[in-house]
Amino acid sequence: MNALSLRQLNKTYDGGVVALKDVDLEVTPGDFYGLLGPNGAGKTTIIGIVTSLVRPTSGQVSVFGHDIITSPWEAKSNLGLVPQEFNFNQFETVSQIVLNQAGFYGVDRATAERRAEQYLRELDLWDKRNVNSRTLSGGMKRRLMIARALIHEPRLLILDEPTAGVDIELRRSMWTFLRDLNERGTTIILTTHYLEEAETLCRNIGIIDGGEIIENTDTRSLLAKLKSQSFLLDISTPLSEMPTLDNFTVTPVDERTIEVEVRGNQTLTDLFDQLNKSGVSVTSMKNKSNRLEELFIRTLGRSKPTQEVS
Amino acid sequence: MAGFYPAYPRQTLIALRTLVWKETHRYLRIWLQTLVPPAITMTLYFVIFGSLIGSRVGPMDGFSFMEFIAPGIIMMSVITNAYTNVVSSFFGAKFQRHIEELLVSPTPNYVILAGYVAGGVGRGLFTGLIVTIIATFFADLQIHSIPITISVVFLTAVLFSLGGFINGVFARKFDDIAIVPTFILTPLTYLGGVFYSLSMLPDFWARLSMANPILYMVNAFRYGILGQSDIPLATAYLLILGFITAGTFFSLWLLRHGTGLRS
Repeated sequence: MNALSLRQLNKTYDGGVVALKDVDLEVTPGDFYGLLGPNGAGKTTIIGIVTSLVRPTSGQVSVFGHDIITSPWEAKSNLGLVPQEFNFNQFETVSQIVLNQAGFYGVDRATAERRAEQYLRELDLWDKRNVNSRTLSGGMKRRLMIARALIHEPRLLILDEPTAGVDIELRRSMWTFLRDLNERGTTIILTTHYLEEAETLCRNIGIIDGGEIIENTDTRSLLAKLKSQSFLLDISTPLSEMPTLDNFTVTPVDERTIEVEVRGNQTLTDLFDQLNKSGVSVTSMKNKSNRLEELFIRTLGRSKPTQEVS
Repeated sequence: MAGFYPAYPRQTLIALRTLVWKETHRYLRIWLQTLVPPAITMTLYFVIFGSLIGSRVGPMDGFSFMEFIAPGIIMMSVITNAYTNVVSSFFGAKFQRHIEELLVSPTPNYVILAGYVAGGVGRGLFTGLIVTIIATFFADLQIHSIPITISVVFLTAVLFSLGGFINGVFARKFDDIAIVPTFILTPLTYLGGVFYSLSMLPDFWARLSMANPILYMVNAFRYGILGQSDIPLATAYLLILGFITAGTFFSLWLLRHGTGLRS
């Protein structure tokens, strides 16, 4: 039984815009799944259909084996949503928002209060529990939406760009929180524009473009499809001339930095052996671009042009 | 019926209680906007139309003008507040998008409807009670029939809460929630026999007034308090219950189809 199962999902909006075309997708229990795609690819439409905010034109959706149409209580109780945009009552306090949401899921008051304290503490919002939500910072509002989505303890949590617009420190702490949550057994589906985020967190990745899933595999296999990677190497002393390395393409960036292209059949060990023999001492290195970003652009470059859908 | 979950009665009850409290808390939190204005407006009605002008009008249908208009003014505040509460709360939830909190949850559609209607009924009756207390300072109100008075005012509050809900579902901008109260509800209420007896009107206008549903509610309520009405009581009950039934089914249909809520 999959955590999420989409079968032959189609969505055509009023006006004829086709947002999804025969989408099939399975997310296994315990997975940390990344759904990637450019703006208008259909990610938000998929999330909207799964969470009942968008009506599908055709197709089936089930959450842990429960069809969202025929068994909505069971399906929705297993599902938590952190939407892209703030959608809580700006005139209510943090506690009221979280406790009301618990009530809508049929969670009794005592349990709701205990869980509210747990999640608000974990997300550093406990001190703000009696504060009006509209006075919170952007990062706090994002964390509030996570606490609200967890209050009924769903087995599947969907996050639609949860770290958009938050600073690096907060983003990292949210990653840690989500990773812990996943290790405790919650299946997580994440959409993000930060490909570093997807590469760091997700075990499996799907790429959607033009309403179709064009790639769906584990992150490691996806990254293995990269035929070459470019690395930037900082060197300890300025080079008078470029080192000659067998089978590696070396390009100078500045007097203390070189760029080296490493192809799929080559190893970094071989690269460093040759640099060592040439008397070049490397002080640090990094990927020239995020690997997933590179792959993402290449994959989309092969797919059809996208349509303007929301 | 889709959206009906008899397998989870306890959870459904918790969801209903949560929504009813949320809606009640909303209008109590902003009492200066919701409860005080009708009290001031209705006091002015009693002072101007009842005391100042009413003393020159003389008795109407055997009652002092103040006694005659008091039930209508109470009913007017109930109708207006029940309607306004639901339409503004529901549209506000749509506008701020926190209606999605309910839509993504397993809360059944009939609970969503019942919760909003309960909020409207609560505010309508609360305001009605405040205006009734004010009315006792101006008129000696002896209630003719408590069951009729309470049932009519309750059913009317339910009916106009449903009306507010339907308006809220269709509303796309703030103008849309003001159009119905301004251009339909207020004229119909004023022409619903609040300030005059049907017997005062020429035959044509009296017949035309019979098409105004608010006339039946005002008169039924007036019967409950004064024991006097221009229309048969049974007709009023049938009309109110008929509109409530139609409004309930239409509202549930709108929720089921996601009109104005789901794309």
